[in-house]
Amino acid sequence: MNLPAAIRTTHGAPQIAALILVFAANWVVFPDFFALELRDGRLFGSLIDVLNRGAPVAILAIGMTLVIATRGIDLSVGAVMAISGATAATLTNAGYGLPAVLCGALASGLACGLWNGLLVAVLRIQPIVATLILMVAGRGVAQLITEGAIVTFDTPGLIAIGSGQVLGLPSPVVIMIGLLAISLVLVRATAFGLFLKAVGLNERSSAYAGVDVRTLTLTVYVWSGLCAAIAGVIAAADIRGADANNAGLWLELDAILAVVVGGTSLLGGRFSMTFSVVGAMIIQAMNTGILLSGFRPEFNLLVKAVVVLLVLLPQSPALARFFAASGPRKSP
Amino acid sequence: MQPSPTLKPDHAEPLLQMRGVSKGFAGVLALDSIDFTLYAGEVHALLGENGAGKSTLIKVLTGVHARDGGEMILEGMRLDPRDAAEAVRLGIGTVYQEVNLLPNLSLAENLYLGRQPRRFGLVDHGRMRADARALLADYELALDVAEPLSSFSVAVQQIVAIARAVDLSAKVLILDEPTASLDAHEVDVLFRTLRRLKERGLGIVFITHFLDQVYAIADRITVLRNGRVVGSRATATLPRLDLVSMMLGRELEEASHQRVRGRKEGEPLVAFQNYGKQRLIEPFDLAVRRGEVVGIAGLLGSGRTETAKLIFGIEAADSGNARCAGKPARIASPRHAIALGFGYCPEERKTEGIVAELSLRENIILALQAKRGWTRRLPRGERKAIAERFIKLLDIRTSDAEKPIEQLSGGNQQKALLARWLATEPSFLILDEPTRGIDVGAHAEIIRLVERLCESGMALLVISSEIEEIAAYSDRVIVLRDRRHVGELEGEDVNVGRIIRTIAKERAR
Repeated sequence: MNLPAAIRTTHGAPQIAALILVFAANWVVFPDFFALELRDGRLFGSLIDVLNRGAPVAILAIGMTLVIATRGIDLSVGAVMAISGATAATLTNAGYGLPAVLCGALASGLACGLWNGLLVAVLRIQPIVATLILMVAGRGVAQLITEGAIVTFDTPGLIAIGSGQVLGLPSPVVIMIGLLAISLVLVRATAFGLFLKAVGLNERSSAYAGVDVRTLTLTVYVWSGLCAAIAGVIAAADIRGADANNAGLWLELDAILAVVVGGTSLLGGRFSMTFSVVGAMIIQAMNTGILLSGFRPEFNLLVKAVVVLLVLLPQSPALARFFAASGPRKSP
Repeated sequence: MQPSPTLKPDHAEPLLQMRGVSKGFAGVLALDSIDFTLYAGEVHALLGENGAGKSTLIKVLTGVHARDGGEMILEGMRLDPRDAAEAVRLGIGTVYQEVNLLPNLSLAENLYLGRQPRRFGLVDHGRMRADARALLADYELALDVAEPLSSFSVAVQQIVAIARAVDLSAKVLILDEPTASLDAHEVDVLFRTLRRLKERGLGIVFITHFLDQVYAIADRITVLRNGRVVGSRATATLPRLDLVSMMLGRELEEASHQRVRGRKEGEPLVAFQNYGKQRLIEPFDLAVRRGEVVGIAGLLGSGRTETAKLIFGIEAADSGNARCAGKPARIASPRHAIALGFGYCPEERKTEGIVAELSLRENIILALQAKRGWTRRLPRGERKAIAERFIKLLDIRTSDAEKPIEQLSGGNQQKALLARWLATEPSFLILDEPTRGIDVGAHAEIIRLVERLCESGMALLVISSEIEEIAAYSDRVIVLRDRRHVGELEGEDVNVGRIIRTIAKERAR
């Protein structure tokens, strides 16, 4: 695939433009949208709400970006959220301390990621089918953990992960930023990013050059599982309970949408975790905006589709060629 | 057998004639006024090395490409197929190496797809199966025609494809490497079918890389080279040696070798014994010493690249053993090979070598970084320094190291691949067609590089279809034919004439 240079150099521009546009629209229907207020050492405001509500999908999108960069996909993240939420709720009710609860929940995500990674990297099953298995089975596993009931809890430490605050910001937002930072370090400060790009663009050349494609693929699915587990703990802590049927339901699709809106190529190799998070925020800002505007929520999905289309159109290679051909000058 | 060796056999008018057919792509002549005559009832082998124009000729004949000039005549009528479907209607059937039928459908459905017998507007399955059984009976096949195609061997699938093509009123049958994935027994089955079709008066064009098969089945041979016809001869009057010379375009004078060769002594750095893989390459012995260049020569499809892929662990051997620096070695993946100090520049530079969208610098450091592992990233300064050093050393022409490698010329991409391996300081380097598709200047530079590397003590295995090139820089030459190592030449014997003679020598039975 050969993208014109103009698109490469303006990477991220459509996303930033869309975010500004959606914020502006929100401001029009709700003039107090940008208002922030410091109460009891904690920030309040619609903008903070967007960040807070968008955090779980953004966290899923961070892991999903790496998976998609290898030309894969992870459909199981919603179900993994349910598993990790159920694990956390069950452990905390059994009287374990917060560190043990978190370790247990993360371990469940790690195991799920390993399972996906084994199917894709070792058994070479197509990612969409391989992760579909856990997408279906995962909710069953979660129901087994909760024994079919909605497990509620009132452990303050665990609840704080969903609704607490750190330095004035909601804890989900802080966790999201921290996870993004760690992921960026993992990818950029090591050679992982180079290998990820190389494998996504040309797996065969990379393998012949000695890149360990199998371990790399396994790692991205494990990372995606971990991200999903973190999102699952946040979602459970937020509602103070684990709902095996509904926790994270359909969020895998929102996460994929966030990644695509963020400009990561489904053809592999071209990816940006930062813009996937921006993509998640665009989607969440729209949800919030439609709620604030007083439109019926039914419009939500339609408006979402239109905005997504507007973000994706400038990235279409066919359109770019059309404009390059008819424009006054070609990109250098 | 025939009195006039270059012209037609005794019988009758030509079935198909091409006169002065030309075809160019972007100003390059792929076919340069081709004359080709096919008679009814003959098997006519069409031979030539890579880029000779065989596939272009077939595509012009079957209407895939429109010709630029010349004329084609089928049974006295002008032949101007506008597309493949029209060529089929006019009587030209083609069967490709990769059977292009539908493996999930039944034999009967494959035979009659698109023209199923109907009753009351619905497919009449009973009649279709009866017709299919009758049709295949002509080919001595008694099979359950309701079974899916995929449950049969490749040979049967080939015959089904032929039966379908012939049944679509074919007068001319083109077989494009039909035997490439068949074993010896399956080839016999296919050849019996071809002989029967010959008796029925079909004209058969047979494309293959296996010379033994040409002599087993073909009545006449036409050789193409660089888009031109080198000659058409009756098989019986064309010795193998002449045929190979025609294909390679070499006269058999004893060329003096350019490189001064000292006899290399000592233990081999790498040694393979009885190393092979079924259906890929027959087991072979191969050893390369430090400072030695071993060349691999053979025609297209003789197993050159297969040998390289087996040695580099891309394909896993199922027989024999490997030793490296005197110790037994297991090479089941490229990573194993690289850990032993191997490097491999593949023939398919674009799909197996470069990562097109990555920068020149990233392409150069890829193998070294992969060898170090992802946690030990090369520091930024070192990454730049390595890229700069090799850009200078190999004279890679680029405006800067950050340019995507796809924007560089073929010769510079090849040098970048060399740089990728040199950065890992390999002890054994495999170069598969290092000079393919690059311009003359870069060509000479690559050859000088090969010699310099060898002088520095590296062991090299070089594969090339350019026999002169192989003869020029090799200390020893392994000759391949029909996926088998058939000879090893050393010292004075390393010259173009000897190599060609070894390629052409008949298989001792």
